[in-house]
Amino acid sequence: MDVTAENPSVSENPSGLREAERQIAELAEHQCRVGEGTPEWEDLETQIRKLRKAAFADLTPWDKVWLARHPSRPKAEDYIERLFPDLIELKGDRCFADDPALIGGVCEFDGRPVTVLAQAKGRSTAENIRRSFGMMHPEGYRKAMRLARQAEKFRRPVITLIDTSGAYPGKGAEERGQAQAIAECLKLFSGLKTPVIGIVLSEGGSGGALALSVCDHLAMLEHAVYSVLSPEGFASILWRDESRAEEAAGVMELTAQDLKKKGVIDSIIREPLGAHNDFNYVCSQIDEMLREQLAGLSRKKPSQLSADRLRRIRSWGIDSRRQRTEQE
Amino acid sequence: MNIFTRRRKELEAFKRAVLNRKREHQTAQIPDNLFEACPSCGKSYLQDKLQENLYVCPDCGFHIRIGARERISQLCDSFRETDKTFCVPDKDFPGYSEKLDKARDLTGLRDACVCGVAKIGEQRFMLCVMDSRFMMGSMGQTVGEKIVRTVEGAIRRHLPLVIFTTSGGARMQEGILSLIQMARTSAALEKLSEEQLPYISILTDPTTGGVSASFAMLADIILAEPGALIGFAGRRVIASTVREELPEDFQRAEFLLEKGFVDRIVDRRDLKDELGVLLSLHERRPLWT
Repeated sequence: MDVTAENPSVSENPSGLREAERQIAELAEHQCRVGEGTPEWEDLETQIRKLRKAAFADLTPWDKVWLARHPSRPKAEDYIERLFPDLIELKGDRCFADDPALIGGVCEFDGRPVTVLAQAKGRSTAENIRRSFGMMHPEGYRKAMRLARQAEKFRRPVITLIDTSGAYPGKGAEERGQAQAIAECLKLFSGLKTPVIGIVLSEGGSGGALALSVCDHLAMLEHAVYSVLSPEGFASILWRDESRAEEAAGVMELTAQDLKKKGVIDSIIREPLGAHNDFNYVCSQIDEMLREQLAGLSRKKPSQLSADRLRRIRSWGIDSRRQRTEQE
Repeated sequence: MNIFTRRRKELEAFKRAVLNRKREHQTAQIPDNLFEACPSCGKSYLQDKLQENLYVCPDCGFHIRIGARERISQLCDSFRETDKTFCVPDKDFPGYSEKLDKARDLTGLRDACVCGVAKIGEQRFMLCVMDSRFMMGSMGQTVGEKIVRTVEGAIRRHLPLVIFTTSGGARMQEGILSLIQMARTSAALEKLSEEQLPYISILTDPTTGGVSASFAMLADIILAEPGALIGFAGRRVIASTVREELPEDFQRAEFLLEKGFVDRIVDRRDLKDELGVLLSLHERRPLWT
């Protein structure tokens, strides 16, 4: 997993979506020239909308991978500014360092305090380098655990925003126990006695994303992807050929629709034209989902919450009709 | 380039090729040949002699990889297998069923782990042993479910839990459903903790990826075999990210011991005794009166 490979340039995608985006850009440029308000401008606007709608109506999995990594796709910080504008950021794992790849903090949401844990890809190259492209180190997972325990102590729900290609693969990360940190995170969240709601914003990759996905309700944006590994890594491991990533994306069943069918996620947040084209709509959908889920989960007793979650994870992804159980 | 330097270059290339080949075959090939060479020092031994020495090289002490059945016969005074035929139906993925068939033929197992109720002396415990010969011990739905059931078996029977890990990580062919086994096994262990039952894991060569980042690292006591490769990300991936030389012992058991992520490194020949003692120290008894 090369760091540079996590942020592929937009031109690499050979799909229909890319062609449509190119045409849209051309039309938009033309639109600027004719000036707003003229009949021609209106005409161009309709054309753009039509093109975009058509392009988004039939996305391939590889389109979605490209979209999920698109530089202009909203990042965790954009969602925080909109949904949790008063977030007070709390930093550090109290052991080693603060991990900028995870934004953690407290704020009020729907009239109650909540803890927010958000995997943050940067909005610029400089910021991406500071935040290691949203790839967390062990200190990030330990910060998440610290804030989750704190949330449990003060009985406030936890909201996780997931957007990472995976946990950071580096020397320091291994030395400080990346595996142990992720494992502990999975265990802690499974028994946490406070509501946890997860939202996959764009890219969910491997154990690094899973560590923040153990929750009571896992939602996913319509064009986000979530998989055991990046398509590049998958192709490299199975076929020893990273260039077959597009083919890999086609067989990996990594789209929100596939995962909903398998029962891996609970709900899909609609984004008909992509989150970057229709941010207001997407935010209002997330807001609504969070209010609804929080209202339901807040009625449960803490012990009931963890018992229910443990049962939920016990049967996560199991199709009971299909399974042969020839025990002992 | 004269003939001597060319010869020398050829010789070096040949040596490298031989060394690389050796590294690839670190698993004990039990049935076929009468002799077997230590993958580390290259010395040959009679199969019987190696087996008697628990597949530890008598000369250099290298711990050769062993399969699940061999491990169980080395370790247990009695063993009753559970979920022997349990298997999730094979997922339809190009080339996957052929790979599974090959692994099943090679190992005689249905998937990459064997579970059951075991005994060392009078100590009873739930045991799960993974097998690296089965598709590199990768964890798919079958392995995940069997581990969950073994943990639940420990809770039901009020027994301690022991797991021998060896795995390259999640089984790619099963996709996301293999990934979530990390969460499923970890959640099962959360229940085991609530019941205050002891769990000991023994990390053997190699324990990486999704297995190291879930049940392998969640034990009350974590033991490791000497020289075992243990880590989250693969060495090649890390090397390409950091673009610097990694130390020779990077991600080895000794490295993890030094960094504080493993309790003890135990020689395979001492493992049975040490495990017996540890289990007896965790027997349920009344607090001092």
